[in-house]
Amino acid sequence: MGQQVLNGIFLGSIYALFAVGYTLVFGVLDILNLAHQAVFMLAAFIALALVADAHLSLWVALPAAVLAGGAIGIVLERVAFRPLRGRADSNISGLISSLAMATVFEAIALQIFGPDISRFPPGTFPDRVVRIGAATASLLQLCIVGISVVLMAVLTLLLARSRLGRQIRAVAESPRAARILGIDVDRAIAMAFFLSSALGGAAGVLFGLAFNSISPDVGRGVELKGLAVIILGGMGSVPGAVIAGFALGLIEVFTVAHLGSSFRDAVSFAVLFFVLIARPRGLFGRAAAREA
Amino acid sequence: MADLLLAYQSLFAFVGINGLLALSVYTTLSCGQLSLANAGFMAIGAYTSALITLRASGVPFIAALAASALLPAIVAVPLGLPVLRLRGVFLAIATVGFGEVVRLFFVNWDYTNGAMGLVAIPQRTQLWTIALALALALFILGRLRGSRAGYALEAIREDETAARTMGIYTTGHKLAMLALGAALAGLAGGLEAHFTFMVAPGGYAFGRVVEMLVQAVVGGTAAFYGPVVGAAFLTLLPEILREAGARLGLAPGPFRLLLNGLILLAVILYLPNGLVSLPSRLRRRSRGVA
Repeated sequence: MGQQVLNGIFLGSIYALFAVGYTLVFGVLDILNLAHQAVFMLAAFIALALVADAHLSLWVALPAAVLAGGAIGIVLERVAFRPLRGRADSNISGLISSLAMATVFEAIALQIFGPDISRFPPGTFPDRVVRIGAATASLLQLCIVGISVVLMAVLTLLLARSRLGRQIRAVAESPRAARILGIDVDRAIAMAFFLSSALGGAAGVLFGLAFNSISPDVGRGVELKGLAVIILGGMGSVPGAVIAGFALGLIEVFTVAHLGSSFRDAVSFAVLFFVLIARPRGLFGRAAAREA
Repeated sequence: MADLLLAYQSLFAFVGINGLLALSVYTTLSCGQLSLANAGFMAIGAYTSALITLRASGVPFIAALAASALLPAIVAVPLGLPVLRLRGVFLAIATVGFGEVVRLFFVNWDYTNGAMGLVAIPQRTQLWTIALALALALFILGRLRGSRAGYALEAIREDETAARTMGIYTTGHKLAMLALGAALAGLAGGLEAHFTFMVAPGGYAFGRVVEMLVQAVVGGTAAFYGPVVGAAFLTLLPEILREAGARLGLAPGPFRLLLNGLILLAVILYLPNGLVSLPSRLRRRSRGVA
């Protein structure tokens, strides 16, 4: 029981970290960024290349890959989202252009790293087991939970307290009003993409470390889980995504333990489906006007 | 000409099947709904017809194909009733969920060999069967345009609330298009199953519906034949450019992906109405210069 809770929190922390960035961009632009999973995957590969080929320590490679993820996010916004701004059907066409970028990113990863599963070299992270009560966890798992929680806390503080955070929230509320108030809307959106993609990238590196398997299509499964998380948490709600991420992690672990592993993915989609039908705005979403 | 047809038979077959699939996404897009459940409908159609062919001997192929179109359409109705209340991105996400549930159902169903799928399906699909199915689909969608129902669909696409205020039964129209799209996707699945000898859940994952959407958008969704143009273009182009890709040092897999991504990006940014709007756009530009 305690062991399963621990495993669920571990899995949930990665889902939550991935979904926080996902939902941040949706909150600001009302656009589903389907390239988020590709940034996740690219950052994992960048960290891997830095550790395996450049022989850097993980503690250098991790922040470097996170920053690279953020930089990719800025490129993504500039290429696939900014040109569409102001177009009438921008939320569907934005979804499609992000899909195009995801395809391009996947092609790049496929060309450079090949279709097979890549792994971190042994000894990248000390192999140590920690006992917590009756349950055990690896040091790596605890670090992953710790790093995720710290990053999400930093994002929450940044959005709540900093000047940039206030600007991003203002743009999310109404881009036009924000512009009238003298906010550089394009810059605020670009920064939202930087933050979102940096966190997505961090999730990718941590996921790659946790399961020690990275391939060009690694993000696809996580993308669908991420959708379930942001729907459950309420589209655009950062705290909602955090709570829903942990909830989904726990639900999944308990499903595997009690119903068998073949039901693992079915559960996320069942959650997604029923939340959409019964309560489309999720646990913490804004009022129904957003549905239209 | 006959030699050419024979040599590239499978390529042309895939142009036709992909054309049907792109049309299946177009049907819901034509009333402004982005539904991504079509890989799931395709799986239902493929498994239905394959099971009929393999387990019920003596049933003619045409009946198996009819079942592959009919069953997904029947499934679409109870799915559509709650789901079509959602709009935009929310509808897309809900239908993605449905598609994955269908895939996972077949992964876990022992009767169809789970993830391994069904193999050794006799090859019944001929090139002309596919051509006929595609022609039929285009005929139906072409006739719809300019009809009373066609105008209703356009009105719903432009502004759903206004359309309802005008007395258009929006739910019924949207549901009918979802069912029609499901039938086309299921038919394409049935045709493909009897062409490639096999069905497996892996072939109906999220990536498959993305492919359909990409082809529909690249061809253009303003005209009913646009999706077929897009499907033909994106199926043939990588084959034509294979040499060029190899010369650039790109493996065929990444090259195809890269090409798809870049073309989709270029179309959505610079040619929002797809490839079929290119001729009129060029004409207008040349007139403007002169």
